[in-house]
Amino acid sequence: MAISANAKTTIKMLALAVSMLGFALFIMPPLYDAFCEVTGLNGKTGDRYEAVPAAVDTERTVKVQFVASNNENMPWKFTPGVVEMKVHPGEAVDTVFLAYNPTERDMVGQAIPSLVPFKAASYFHKTECFCFNQQTLAAGESAELGLRFIVDPDLPPGVNTITLSYTLFDVTERIAKQTDNKKTDASPIERDSEREG
Amino acid sequence: MLMGLKRLFAFLTISAIAPQLFAQETAQKAEEGVERWGVNMTQGVTEVSRTTYDLHMLIFWICVAIGIVVFGVMFYSMWRHRKSKGYKAAQFHESTLVELAWTIVPTLILVGMAIPATKTLYDIYDTKEADLDIMITGYQWKWKYDYLGSDVSFFSNLSTPRAQIDNQQPKNENYLLEVDEPLVVPVNQKIRFLITANDVIHAWWVPDLAVKKDAIPGFVNESWTRIDEPGIYRGQCAELCGKDHGFMPIVVKAVPQDEYHSWLNDRAAAAAKIKELTNKTFTFDELYERGKKVYESTCAACHQVKGQGVPGAFPAIAGSRIATGAMDGHLSMVVNGSPNNPAMQAFGAQLSEVDLAAVITYQRNAFGNNMGDTVQPIDILNFKNK
Amino acid sequence: MAHGPKPGFTRWLYTTNHKDIGSMYLWFSFAMFLLGGCMALVIRAELFQPGLQIVQPEFFNQMTTMHGLIMVFGAVMPAFVGLANWMVPMMIGAPDMALPRMNNWSFWILPFAFAMLASTLFMEGGAPNFGWTFYAPLSTEYAPPSVTFFIFSIHIMGASSIMGAINIVATILNMRAPGMTLMKMPLFVWTWLITAYLLIAVMPVLAGVVTMMLMDIHFGTSFFSAAGGGDPVLFQHVFWFFGHPEVYIMILPAFGIVSAIIPTFARKPLFGYSSMVYATASIAFLSFIVWAHHMFTVGMPIAGELFFMYATMLIAVPTGVKVFNWVTTMFRGSMTFETPMLFSIAFVILFTLGGFSGLMLAIAPADFQYHDTYFVVAHFHYVLVPGAIFSITAGVYYWLPKWTGNMYNETMGKVHFWMAFVGLNVTFFPMHFVGLAGMPRRIPDYALQFADFNQIASVGAFLFGAAQIVFLFNVIRTVRGGRKATDEVWENPQGLEWTVPSPAPYHTFSTPPVVR
Repeated sequence: MAISANAKTTIKMLALAVSMLGFALFIMPPLYDAFCEVTGLNGKTGDRYEAVPAAVDTERTVKVQFVASNNENMPWKFTPGVVEMKVHPGEAVDTVFLAYNPTERDMVGQAIPSLVPFKAASYFHKTECFCFNQQTLAAGESAELGLRFIVDPDLPPGVNTITLSYTLFDVTERIAKQTDNKKTDASPIERDSEREG
Repeated sequence: MLMGLKRLFAFLTISAIAPQLFAQETAQKAEEGVERWGVNMTQGVTEVSRTTYDLHMLIFWICVAIGIVVFGVMFYSMWRHRKSKGYKAAQFHESTLVELAWTIVPTLILVGMAIPATKTLYDIYDTKEADLDIMITGYQWKWKYDYLGSDVSFFSNLSTPRAQIDNQQPKNENYLLEVDEPLVVPVNQKIRFLITANDVIHAWWVPDLAVKKDAIPGFVNESWTRIDEPGIYRGQCAELCGKDHGFMPIVVKAVPQDEYHSWLNDRAAAAAKIKELTNKTFTFDELYERGKKVYESTCAACHQVKGQGVPGAFPAIAGSRIATGAMDGHLSMVVNGSPNNPAMQAFGAQLSEVDLAAVITYQRNAFGNNMGDTVQPIDILNFKNK
Repeated sequence: MAHGPKPGFTRWLYTTNHKDIGSMYLWFSFAMFLLGGCMALVIRAELFQPGLQIVQPEFFNQMTTMHGLIMVFGAVMPAFVGLANWMVPMMIGAPDMALPRMNNWSFWILPFAFAMLASTLFMEGGAPNFGWTFYAPLSTEYAPPSVTFFIFSIHIMGASSIMGAINIVATILNMRAPGMTLMKMPLFVWTWLITAYLLIAVMPVLAGVVTMMLMDIHFGTSFFSAAGGGDPVLFQHVFWFFGHPEVYIMILPAFGIVSAIIPTFARKPLFGYSSMVYATASIAFLSFIVWAHHMFTVGMPIAGELFFMYATMLIAVPTGVKVFNWVTTMFRGSMTFETPMLFSIAFVILFTLGGFSGLMLAIAPADFQYHDTYFVVAHFHYVLVPGAIFSITAGVYYWLPKWTGNMYNETMGKVHFWMAFVGLNVTFFPMHFVGLAGMPRRIPDYALQFADFNQIASVGAFLFGAAQIVFLFNVIRTVRGGRKATDEVWENPQGLEWTVPSPAPYHTFSTPPVVR
């Protein structure tokens, strides 16, 4: 009798342990991403935005600053085309970032956006952005990377300045490694496919 | 590891014989002007730092009061209710009323603490309407400051000489809290900091401003300050970021607004001058001298002062294949970084052409490398634009 | 049935006896305590004065990392499991643990885990050097090659803890003597039951977070790398979701030990038994919703900051209830001050001090000044050293006569106590000061204004270390002989463990006792 009671308890506890492992591995990361999306944590801006026609609020002007930086070992020159612009909420605005690969090898870059203040992140919509894709630049090549965005007219009233930062990462190795991995054994967890813009 | 143990053993032997020797030595080294025996948080020089200090003291005194009551009862019973005094134990062991009371009263005290804390937090989070934006980037192991909207941008390195750290020279007053280029800011202006990192997580902390924010690679954090008094305020990196985490201080120099503007103009002019120097041809000695300085502030942290590196972690420069090989390979390694080892950063954007030329010349001719060749700033520029 | 232990080494290797396994856990944890302590002394020796004297920064970082990991996973946790192995079956009137073979396993994989962890010190690139909290990307993209061994040793420790915890839950739920209802169980059993649930819930999360690191390092995923769409801050959330319950894992059993000792030496029943149980349970529950208070400076939305601040402050309430209960237990008792009582009283006082600094740290705006300074180091050493270490020491002195049949040397015990008490306060109290004055933690060298207090702290650390040698000597002497202890050992202590002979026979309660 005692044995079966012990076995029962053991199975229940093991099930709890396994489900907590599953929770950590498979639920917490997507949950965190969802949480970031809602709160604008770390200034993550959402995916491609399907433009909904909205009235342009010409009464209000918002200053948008652009900042570009390179992560370690990214030798590209990467700068915003314009450092600052004034926009009206609701209007679609185009701008560019300039990138130049000075090295003698072809490289792949990935720009990661981050926007402050965080509470503005969910009101900053990108209809087109170079950060949705990886950028490949051949040795010595330069490119103009386009960005089109709309500031939501519902932007909270206190926010007058939005700073959008892009950090450029060198993902050449990572891409090469992944292609290798996929050839041999596909790793069970592929988060890279679920990139946020 | 074994080295460490050997030195530890030596230390233990010495300290067992003459511990007072060490005390004296330190006392001699500590120059006048170091504020010793500090026991409390600084009140700082901003409204937020003073509010934070007041909050800190409020909670501290509440804790002291609770401590006096609790420990008072405890020490009283330890003194009165002992068996050696023949005190007979009571046998009570329950009272719902008492339990209820000491659940509710602390809750009320906590609510009393939470109200001012919440108010202060709202102030700290209010980054609206800044007069000036400065981007701060943490690097292993230095800080970079970009004044947004101007061309001024520079790195800020520890300036304490290596010899002081290795106890070969007396330590000066601001030992480990001094940098080559402080962050210069105007007083009475709302300054917004955009904080990020280039490699690992750092944290930018200046106690006098009560600003501490993590610098996270890929993401931007924001914080702000408004400094009341001109002065020099020192801080340090506050998040473990690798080997030299303890050696990347922060120095903020707050100056009156007109002084700030003339400083900013000077910096812009200096940047232009460096560009001009790029076209100049330097002699070997000029390059070697300048290169030694650049090496010691930028490279020596990993590759070590004598170029011997750290086995297993950082390769040696002395006799290395790169530094004694073809010039192009050396240029590529320093300018673009190592494609294989993330610890070797791309210095192309961190150092000026002049400094790059100098340090490469130095590496090729110091530590017994004796290559005898030089590289000029213009070569670097050509290499970068190739 | 009633046979003694096998002779020789195989007794220990194959044993399924809860007392043998308990003893092995305790000796193992003491060995780890000394190893981690030596690392602490390397740290304190280097920090004795400004400048780099003994070790270089890379080795210093390895020392702080290994000190933390070894003390948390090697010293404190196995010591509590050892005490649980010895005492839980005897306290609830069970003949042994519920799953004796698994018990053997959960102990014997531990030495391998720690041998693997310690061997990283001799590897190329050195041991883990990224702090015991191993924040990504320092612990992933920038880690030394030994990180893989670190990850595996964490996996093994986690498996050991989970097995140990399952065993304890099964024992407590299924093996109680007739009449031993849940609300009659000694508090040590209660606190361990709750701790075991916490372990089962969060050790897998730790395993998960190191698994994600492993995948990022070797299999090209990017959970924690912004370049691939991940986020280094996610690491901190997952880690502290484990980490905060973990710190309660290291303190709840301590509450149980102290709740057993204070009534014995106050000769008065514990005040508010049921409120102690409810307080423990609510602390355990709250531990799951406060994790981000370790990350106030990471850049959270203000709503998150406020939530975690309020939730953290709330923990002060049940913790306060416990402290008030202990003090009230002493009030109007008839106290004597043997070594276990001295350690328990020091526990109450110093743990409360650690609680006060914890309350200060909970206040988010003030935490911006305290975070990652020596004030934090002082805080968690005040809760862990007098909290976990003192309570374990008190428990060992309290139950040692029952285990060995001999009384320990009271004078030597008091010498140990006073050396440890003075050493601890001299070491850790000045850390509050240097932290408030602005000294960050985890630095191998510091500015001159911090020199004086650091020097004092280093002296205290060596005194505290020396005290442990007295402890070791006293325990060995007691194991080998000494004045015979009575079956009751102390004056009318409560609990089933005092109804069996001293030393406790190899098998106890083969027939269940009657609990009134």
